[in-house]
Amino acid sequence: MSVDALVPSAIDGLMLGFVYGLAAMGLTLIFGVMRVINLSHGPVIALGMFVVYVLFTGAGVNPYLGLIAAAGLGILFGVAIYFVAVDRIINAPELTTLLATYSVNLMIVGVATSVFTTTPRAVDISLGSVGGSGVTILGTHAVAVAIAIAGAALLYAILFRTRIGKSIRAVANNRAAAELMGIDSRRVLALSFGIGTSLAMTSGALLSTLFSFTPLSGATYEVKSFVIVVLGGLGNPTGALVGGIVLGLLEGVSTVFIPVSWVPVLEYVIFIAILLVRPTGLLGARA
Amino acid sequence: MIRVRAPFLPALLVVLAVVAALPLAVNNNSLREELFLMFMLITLASSINIIMGYTGYVSFGHIVFFGLGGYFAFYLMQNFNAHFLVAALAGAIPASAIALVIGVPILRLRGAYFALATIGINEAMRTAINNFEPFGGAVGMFFNFSVYDTYGGARNAALLAYGVMVVVALATVTTSYLIRRSKFGLSLMAIREDQDVAMVVGIDPARAKVVAYVISSFFPALAGATFFFKNGIIEPGVAFDLLRSIESLVMCVLGGTGTVAGPIVGAALYEWLRGFLITTPALANFQLFLAGLLLLVVVLFVTAGLVGWLRNRYPVLRAYIQ
Repeated sequence: MSVDALVPSAIDGLMLGFVYGLAAMGLTLIFGVMRVINLSHGPVIALGMFVVYVLFTGAGVNPYLGLIAAAGLGILFGVAIYFVAVDRIINAPELTTLLATYSVNLMIVGVATSVFTTTPRAVDISLGSVGGSGVTILGTHAVAVAIAIAGAALLYAILFRTRIGKSIRAVANNRAAAELMGIDSRRVLALSFGIGTSLAMTSGALLSTLFSFTPLSGATYEVKSFVIVVLGGLGNPTGALVGGIVLGLLEGVSTVFIPVSWVPVLEYVIFIAILLVRPTGLLGARA
Repeated sequence: MIRVRAPFLPALLVVLAVVAALPLAVNNNSLREELFLMFMLITLASSINIIMGYTGYVSFGHIVFFGLGGYFAFYLMQNFNAHFLVAALAGAIPASAIALVIGVPILRLRGAYFALATIGINEAMRTAINNFEPFGGAVGMFFNFSVYDTYGGARNAALLAYGVMVVVALATVTTSYLIRRSKFGLSLMAIREDQDVAMVVGIDPARAKVVAYVISSFFPALAGATFFFKNGIIEPGVAFDLLRSIESLVMCVLGGTGTVAGPIVGAALYEWLRGFLITTPALANFQLFLAGLLLLVVVLFVTAGLVGWLRNRYPVLRAYIQ
């Protein structure tokens, strides 16, 4: 345990936290608007990685352009998932929507593993590094943070500055009342699922520039997203971003004090503790 | 008028016992292996049904008790040379005690929060045991082959494990049936339909839920002990496999939640289908895809599951199929 390692670890964790937070915002948006826990979240993150990978290795497209493609495809894909798997059972009990989104999870993983196998892949990109006095920041990490912040800002702009965002918030608040005001709630739900999926895929695209990955990598990030979403309060996008940063910091800093293999134990214990003690999350979202 | 109750449980047990005896009669070892797995899945699905189907609490991480029972029993057999039968019971009891301890707080959570908490508990347990050296950490534990000598060699040990798994499955199904027919079962179903109303009519939901949860943890623990005894090796990834947990939920839904026969039908069908997909070269890669598609179709269009659908379609069957 050395204090010297503390600062770089904290910075590293903080930066990753933004990327985690972006994915978690997608999960929490979907839950907040339609009370659906999206179990296809992980594979969708992995899809984001593979969109960048395929464009990069197949056509030499710059990963950050690939990221825009991933975000756009995410919206279309999310809307498709909504109409195929969620629309019919939107008012059913939790188990039904959990299983429906899980079936999408299985299908994506099934196709992705047969197309890409489970060999680890990587997007080989380097943007150099900025550093000095023991702290080095990789270029890819810095760009990832910038893009994650831009993504979060864009989500806020949509939610709070546009008419469609207003209807999303209205439907989240009270679907029946929103329908009485003339909002086509089905379209709003589909679009929200699209935006949520797009956030997850964007986050996956960013992660692909940082780590190697397989079609199964999404599962790790999915569980992280759950932890973050619970930290910040289910259904609260601001909470998700803050939760992501908290989790990232925690991961970074705790490795200085405890062995790396104990870090996930700590995460899950915090996860359960928060669920039990304060299920509305640390920021105290609407119940 | 005399009402004759169809002898559903005896009939079901006889059918299962006959199926179980089949590989022994024809001396077919590969069939026995398949059925071993199937009876294990029946145990897992039927016990999840007690907490999910009857009580309405979706325990996503129920496999945690399978893993714990397996680990406790394995530890006893390896370090204290305990006989398998003793170790299985001695492993299942602390696993259920853990269910009691975690059940009291987490069963206060409702709906999605409970489901998430059970995932968290399974993952916490898996990662903790990954670091727990007495249980072998990430590598896990494995038997010296001579352990099986007590039982007359590995062949006979496998036979014993098969017999025990069948008995555990039959015991699970019997328990499931008895709960469904009992006043206790009625109170669970009342909680499922509306917890607040259940409380008003004098049910203590907190107590009933915990009892149901503890019962539903006991059989997976026994199944885990048996599975890993036969396996001869135990490691965290296999013991606390979330996918297997979710698969047993799927089996439950496929057959029909809240019915006694549903999880059995679901487990048999799912396992048969998976065997078929894996062994068909053209479909092997798409195994997961097709499993997902099947699940989606069931969830969207046959909400009650196969047994539930039959019962709804032909009400006369309700007297015969529980």
